[in-house]
Amino acid sequence: MIDGATPAVDVPGSEGTGVAPVIELRAIGRTFGAEPPVIALRDVDLVLRHGTSLAIVGPSGSGKSTLLNVLGCLDRPTTGTYLFDGIDVSALTDDQRAALRAEGIGFVFQTFNLLAHRSVLENVMLAEVYRGRSPDGRAERAHAALEGVGMSHRATFPPTKLSGGEQQRVAIARALLGDPSVLLCDEPTGNLDSVNTDSILALFDELGGAGLTIVIVTHEDAVAARAHRRVRMIDGRLTEEGP
Amino acid sequence: MTRGTSRRMRPRDLVGEAVAGLLARPARVALTVLGTVIGVGALVATLGLSKTASNQIVGRFDALSATDVVISPSTRAGGGGAAVLPWDAESRLLRLDGVAAAGTMADVDVRGALVRSVPVNDPLAAGAIQLPMKAASPGLFRAVHARLSTGRLFDAGHSRRADRVLVLGSNAARRLGIQRIDHQPAVFVGDRLYAVIGLLSSVRRHASLLGSAIMPEGTARREFGLRAPALAQVETRIGAVELIVRQAPMALSPVDPGLLKVASPPDPRQLRGEVKNDLNALFLLLGGVSLLVGAIGIANVTLVSVLERVGEIGLRRALGAGRRHIAAQFLLESTAMGFAGGVMGASLGTLVIVGVSATKTWTPVLDPWVPLGAPALGALIGLISGTYPSLRAAALEPVEALRAGT
Repeated sequence: MIDGATPAVDVPGSEGTGVAPVIELRAIGRTFGAEPPVIALRDVDLVLRHGTSLAIVGPSGSGKSTLLNVLGCLDRPTTGTYLFDGIDVSALTDDQRAALRAEGIGFVFQTFNLLAHRSVLENVMLAEVYRGRSPDGRAERAHAALEGVGMSHRATFPPTKLSGGEQQRVAIARALLGDPSVLLCDEPTGNLDSVNTDSILALFDELGGAGLTIVIVTHEDAVAARAHRRVRMIDGRLTEEGP
Repeated sequence: MTRGTSRRMRPRDLVGEAVAGLLARPARVALTVLGTVIGVGALVATLGLSKTASNQIVGRFDALSATDVVISPSTRAGGGGAAVLPWDAESRLLRLDGVAAAGTMADVDVRGALVRSVPVNDPLAAGAIQLPMKAASPGLFRAVHARLSTGRLFDAGHSRRADRVLVLGSNAARRLGIQRIDHQPAVFVGDRLYAVIGLLSSVRRHASLLGSAIMPEGTARREFGLRAPALAQVETRIGAVELIVRQAPMALSPVDPGLLKVASPPDPRQLRGEVKNDLNALFLLLGGVSLLVGAIGIANVTLVSVLERVGEIGLRRALGAGRRHIAAQFLLESTAMGFAGGVMGASLGTLVIVGVSATKTWTPVLDPWVPLGAPALGALIGLISGTYPSLRAAALEPVEALRAGT
């Protein structure tokens, strides 16, 4: 069990601080299909407290992305309980889960997922569209998010004019708009060269240092090594690799 | 706002995203809208042209046919050959209020006598010919809108004296080789000589008169034993047809009006409605087919758009869009395309109506609700066409959409 019940294994430095868990998985299982069933997650327990960075490593098909989808409320576990900021996610309706994603979770994808026909600024502003807030000041907030990742000078550019590293920075700015509780990153450096990879990892270090909770799914040991904690997925089971 | 609480997307954001979605593919949107433009344009044009055309048709009908009443012996009386109509039918009819002109006519049995012109008039003309011979009261010429090319018409005096005079229809005159009457031409009917006093150029009723030689009733009565007029032609004033239809049989046959039958045009208002209905049914069918094609175009393009934008849908779901937000955006996009097509189609259809009317010198007529309702119709078509693709977009699972879009 990968658990924060004993704070010493949760987050280095948070021992005994009483920091509340942002993510709490209890005996999570996820099965696809029926004949024969494919078990993607088996009894996964995980506690992640605010301000922690976690790397999930493992071979292809081990269940890393499935776990990330469950954490991001994009997929429902078949069994078990998932508490996000103390909310039992399994009890929420589809719309409520969408609202939870809008408010509490930022996503960074391997392929950036930027809309090619919208400017960099509009791509970042998209993150606020589904929050139901007034559009007043949205552009300024998006600009500030771009500023935070060093991309404000490209605000009017179409994403297709940017390098891979720049596009991923824009995607991170979009994910950070609105101060999510957790940043979920699926192979964020998978499409980047080494220079851009270093640049993005430095940005994650910076964000982690500022107290953001980050979960990264990666194949790359160098990326995983920068996280506070590393866990390994093998055949749907989670094992701690340690800090 | 409390986390995990579903929320509404602001209308401004919804509209903004839909517009941005459309502007991302301007060429495709333009081609899609074109289908609706043609459909709505065809509908507006056909509705307007049918209204314009029916007004033209009915207008012409009103001018002549709506005043046309023909009275003849009924089958009970023995048909057209029965001696029911009185010789003074013309004067009796003219006394009725609402009669603008009236006259009687009958075919004259000349017992096989051939008609030939006097040789001195045209030695090259054909010899004796068979020519329809008719007898008419003087008022008939006015009742059939007869126009003379030359000469004069016979009058009551000719009829009373049974003068041997003829008025020739234009075709009859041509067959007899008579083009002018200043040399006082004459023709033989059998062995009896008749003076030609006038040539008709046209009539607007009873076109058979143009191929006939027409003599006064009094002449036909004495020379050929005509028993009675075969029919009475009446031109009424506008709107007096129904009145004359009721009164004429009593005026002509007071003892037994049932011996006469009256042929009259249908009620103009009813005819107007029938003409419009016939045209509208045809044109509405054509417009409806065009609209159906437009609707299928929108549905097709919206569906293709959904399939192409699966990744975008996945991203929006990841960013917090609910199913209804996705459905609403695609519905709004298809509705906007339909509305734009409706606006442009209404404009195009109106231009077609004006253009056609200008070339035909018609007065363009279009109900105001047609161009005003066309954009709403286009939007409705877009809404209906976009429903299925939108529901498909909304049904996509975010994980599947993200995976398919990458």
